[in-house]
Amino acid sequence: MATIKVNELSRDDLFWQIQYDTNRCTFCGKCVAACPFNAIEPKVEKRRKVVSEAPTPTPKINFQTMPVIQQVVNTNNYCRGCGICEKVCPNEAIKPVRNPDNKFAMKIRSTTGNSHTRGGRANLNSGDRALDKIVVGRISQMTDPSLDAQRHTFDLLAPFGRILPPEQLPFDIKDGKLEITGNTPPVRWIYPVIIGDMSIGALSCRMWEALAIATAYLNEQAGMPVRMCSGEGGMPLRLLKSKYLKYSILQIASGHFGWNRIINAMPQMQEDPAGVLIKIGQGAKPGDGGLLMAKKVAKHIQEIRGVPKADLLSPPNHQGLYSIEESVQKMFLSLNSAFKFKVPVAIKVSASATSVSVYNNLLRDPYNIVGGFFLDGIYGGTGAAHEISMDHTGHPIVSKLRDCYLAAIHQGKQGQIPLWSGGGLGMTGNLAADAIKMICLGANGIFTGKLMLQLAGCVGNDNGKCNACNTGLCPVGICTQNQVLTKRLDVDKVAENVVNYFLAFDKEIKKTLAPIGNSSLPVGRSDALVSIDKAISDKLQIQYGC
Amino acid sequence: MCRIGAIKSKKYFHPSKALYLMRSQQKGHDNSGFAMVMQDLGGIFEDYKDLPILSMACTDEGINIADNILSAEGFTRALQWNPETNYAENLIIETMPQYVFLVLQYPKTYRYASQEEKEDLLVNTRLKIRAALEKEAKGYVYSFWPDVLTLKEIGDPKDIGIYFGLWEENNFFTAKVITAQCRQNTNYDIVRYAAHPFFLQGYTALANGENTFFEKNKLLQKSLYKGYVGFESDSQCFLYTLHYLNKILKWPLSYYKHTITPLPYDEIIRRDDKEILLKIKESLAHLEINGPNTIIGGLPDGTIFTCCDSKKLRPVVVGRTDDTVVITSEVSGINEILPERNWEDDIYPHERETVIINNALKVERWQQ
Repeated sequence: MATIKVNELSRDDLFWQIQYDTNRCTFCGKCVAACPFNAIEPKVEKRRKVVSEAPTPTPKINFQTMPVIQQVVNTNNYCRGCGICEKVCPNEAIKPVRNPDNKFAMKIRSTTGNSHTRGGRANLNSGDRALDKIVVGRISQMTDPSLDAQRHTFDLLAPFGRILPPEQLPFDIKDGKLEITGNTPPVRWIYPVIIGDMSIGALSCRMWEALAIATAYLNEQAGMPVRMCSGEGGMPLRLLKSKYLKYSILQIASGHFGWNRIINAMPQMQEDPAGVLIKIGQGAKPGDGGLLMAKKVAKHIQEIRGVPKADLLSPPNHQGLYSIEESVQKMFLSLNSAFKFKVPVAIKVSASATSVSVYNNLLRDPYNIVGGFFLDGIYGGTGAAHEISMDHTGHPIVSKLRDCYLAAIHQGKQGQIPLWSGGGLGMTGNLAADAIKMICLGANGIFTGKLMLQLAGCVGNDNGKCNACNTGLCPVGICTQNQVLTKRLDVDKVAENVVNYFLAFDKEIKKTLAPIGNSSLPVGRSDALVSIDKAISDKLQIQYGC
Repeated sequence: MCRIGAIKSKKYFHPSKALYLMRSQQKGHDNSGFAMVMQDLGGIFEDYKDLPILSMACTDEGINIADNILSAEGFTRALQWNPETNYAENLIIETMPQYVFLVLQYPKTYRYASQEEKEDLLVNTRLKIRAALEKEAKGYVYSFWPDVLTLKEIGDPKDIGIYFGLWEENNFFTAKVITAQCRQNTNYDIVRYAAHPFFLQGYTALANGENTFFEKNKLLQKSLYKGYVGFESDSQCFLYTLHYLNKILKWPLSYYKHTITPLPYDEIIRRDDKEILLKIKESLAHLEINGPNTIIGGLPDGTIFTCCDSKKLRPVVVGRTDDTVVITSEVSGINEILPERNWEDDIYPHERETVIINNALKVERWQQ
């Protein structure tokens, strides 16, 4: 028996193994050039070949040196399975193959002493979705008519801003007409899907720009008031000073990145932003602050955020806020007053066992300045996180959204702080299906981020494919600041895909509204839903069907 | 589908008119019941305009239960009227043992009470009686309000009319406003409370169609006022919203339509009153209805009105003569009781319209 060393990292440990066919390879070198992770490299192999050229067997051993493509095996340059090599290969000679027996994450821990980090979203149980066990089941049949999705008109907008109960509205009656005699909190009526907060920094400039172009197009040409949230990290000055600012929701998170520029730009702003979103937490890595690796902090990012090239860590919480009441009094008041109480200020939290307490408390806020409660579930995406956070911390969004809505009903305050939910919505590619269900359960609207990346050409999935957003080496130029990689992204094409998806969404959501006979959003109309899972129907208080 | 109707006249008229109005629309409903609210009463009730009338259908024990509660509150009887009934084997009707219409004097302690206090007392007392009757399954109390009488029964409207002797006109049982409907809540459990018209503190509503936003309407309304109870029918929501806007918020009736069928955002922002309309749309989103519905409503001052959902998915027509106006689901009903009218004056309200008839029978058409 031979002696060997077995403790080194080996190809067998990796998530993905490169399957390479020498016979098909022309050695064009495209795969090696295209792989951003340097996970494959050219090398020469010694080959032994027995040949016999005489009429009778006269075996002769030939040794040849052959150029080949070989997989790199180390803890940095491992294959993420993105499949870019396969995409660029003209001869189908190479592709990554999933290794079901891998032990890579464990090896990372044991060899580096570090946790396993990646981007993407939870890969554990992410396919087992409650939303897929719910159908829109209250179809109008005879007792009331279904509508015609093509010909009826639909009113699909949702409120964003603090809504006062009628008895608090400053109304007077004069000559049989109501008149407003005082100020009320700002409320914007917007499309019920917000492009969710992905920062310029987490995203490449070109990707972020494509989303901004799509948003502007949807508003100006398609008549759909879709809003896009900046993410933490500010916005380009030119956009801050442009009329398109009105389509953007500015995010402020615990690092306050980008806000120096925003505040300095205020005197030159032509328009108010669509809103301000205070990010307390996010569903993918609850209790964790944002993290932008130094390798992604390119020059333009440094400029927008006003920082040097360094790892940018947002603290896990807003320093100085120790309670919900305090957050209302400090952050909400200061951000409201910064925009002269003309811009709705909302809050985003990760779904948690405490969400209802927070929502209850905000609903009772005497200042009426919380303009939206954004609840982000465990299947939300992120650019960089520890895998343990993504897979093992957080809360599913569906039941938590429902809990919050029912808590508002319990107080008789439903609708006063609009509920927006996200975190894994559109994971199956069908956002409209998820949206209508969340709306019927009580959401005023939804937000989506990861799906936008998928539309742009993200090759990752929820089963360990790619998930390399944290590396700064996104193979399709979406989550990187590397200029060679970002060039791979066709800005106009991405914007077009996003616009088209929204147009399709608009048609599809009407195809769910029409059968239940509604022409406006059925917020809280849970009687329209049926679950085929008894536990889900019990938890959500909707009908069960089998 | 329901057929609904309202008759408003300058002169007192007998409920037989309401039966005729509904009979001609018979094929549109399923003859499963008859219910009516009479307001601005004549005949034997004419001299008691200011005194509350309790309308009940109950067992003998039910009467005792109600009596005990009324006495405990300090009410004293001014008049009791039990309709004469004509029982026959072949009548399709599910009768209750007793139909009681009690005219009561307010408690002495309320001599100097404000109108508001008296109104509150009436609601509280009715809710108490209702809860007590419900607890022991001893009957139903439909209304307790001055100058208003409610009758509801399960069965064939024709037979209900025979049973109560309502087909024969007389002068002692009349009103100037009668709203009526001839169908029980056959989509769900048949409960007397579920039959329209619904009544609360002078407000009446009846509706045709299915309120597809029943759940959200109901969940908000439950928190708004103690009198918003029952919800045996999805159409009760129309009444409660009407009461909430006009009675509690004191908003003019013209905002009812803006609340239940708010204009789309794009239309609102083009209007001068956009600020008000947006606030209403935001604030009362849970009182929106989304059809298919036609609503007929009545106010405490005798005004009646009708409006539809925002797509007009249910019919309604208004016909009139100099001294009578009729709002009902189908024109055949109006042809029956107002054959002499000029049908060219009939109004078929559209989806953004509210048609209002005041006590002088002036018809106004408000465009949303």
